[in-house]
Amino acid sequence: MATDTRVILICSGKGGVGKTTLTANLGISLARQGFTTAVLDADFGLRNLDLLLGLENRIVYTAQEVLEEECRLDQALVKHKQEANLSLLPAGNPRMLDWLKPDDMRRIVDMLKEQFNYVLIDCPAGVEDGFKNAMAASQEAIVVTNPEVSAVRDADRVIGLLNTNAIKPVQLVLNRVRPKMMANQEMLSIDDVTDILALPLLGLVLEDEQVIVSTNRGEPLTLNSLNSPAAKCYLNIAKRLQGEDIPLIDPLEESSGFGAKFRRLMQTKIF
Amino acid sequence: MAMTLRDIINKLLRRQRASASTARERLQLVLAHDRSDLSTELLDQMRKEILEVVAKYVEIDVDEGAVSLETEDRMTALVANLPIKRTMSGQIKLKEPINKSEENPQETEDKEQNS
Ligand SMILES: Nc1ncnc2c1ncn2[C@@H]1O[C@H](COP(=O)(O)OP(=O)(O)O)[C@@H](O)[C@H]1O
Ligand SMILES: [Mg+2]
Repeated sequence: MATDTRVILICSGKGGVGKTTLTANLGISLARQGFTTAVLDADFGLRNLDLLLGLENRIVYTAQEVLEEECRLDQALVKHKQEANLSLLPAGNPRMLDWLKPDDMRRIVDMLKEQFNYVLIDCPAGVEDGFKNAMAASQEAIVVTNPEVSAVRDADRVIGLLNTNAIKPVQLVLNRVRPKMMANQEMLSIDDVTDILALPLLGLVLEDEQVIVSTNRGEPLTLNSLNSPAAKCYLNIAKRLQGEDIPLIDPLEESSGFGAKFRRLMQTKIF
Repeated sequence: MAMTLRDIINKLLRRQRASASTARERLQLVLAHDRSDLSTELLDQMRKEILEVVAKYVEIDVDEGAVSLETEDRMTALVANLPIKRTMSGQIKLKEPINKSEENPQETEDKEQNS
């Protein structure tokens, strides 16, 4: 039985910013590091965590059947093929949108806490019931956002709600960073986003075509493509989550070569 | 407002400024409003009433007056910037007894960005 389980909500406000991709990659990375990890798909109206993990054909039960005692928890948990430390639990299926209440979420998470070191909750977009239910069962949160005005604005809404509900720590992951655009100041900088949202940065994830390839295959990058730029970012995030002091990659460094030095000069704040 | 070397060069060349600065400023403004639960109408109403109250006591430059929400580190403050008119001798101009505070037309809309 695991003690001190960390229950982490992965949320964003806006949809399509990379919550599910982060959940899948973080799940694999933590499992790799030897932690028993459950990923709970709370976005079951439009579920796709199963797809990203390549487990879509193996789901039989959901949390609902567990709570109604139609099956045992271990029957509903879908163990990952390569990473035995990782299991997926869908909170529900798309037909049962109204079913889940905050208390159901708490009960199922309490059961998961009995046997896992980490519970990662993949949260639905929005700030309505789906989000609130998932938040009810969480202790801490990772807010995922992109360096774009709409994503940052929605993240701010979510952070406000997390704060009022005493979820902490709340940390930030900035996804889809494009070093060149940032260097050219055509994209909000890392400092811009962390200053505006006033959150500690758990990590950034580079924009990476390999993410799409990995979703096609149902194999998160952190499983087999450890050298891709985004995979390195996800691994760093997993390490920092454990308190390891891993320096941030410098996106300006990433856009190396010719213009990098010049671009850095151009970013100098004058006043 | 922070300016980078690129911003300055763009300005000198009369080029459009890099969009990240614009994004940052637009976000700061919109978030100040999002974070308070005040609607724009309520804020305008409050702005008007604050100006009226102050105008009862000192003569303020209504056109320069601005009441806005500003935000830093998730703390939002209501900031009123109301320049008081001075007399020739440099004294603060107190309000004359006659009440003419009614005549403050729509001074509110585009006064938010004078920081
Ligand atoms: N770092 C990245 N680089 C490139 N594409 C990404 C990255 N992160 C996410 N994506 C893509 O963005 C889309 C939305 O990601 P997803 O994780 O499903 O977001 P959410 O769960 O927040 O809705 C997916 O098509 C995914 O492949
Ligand atoms: Mg998702």
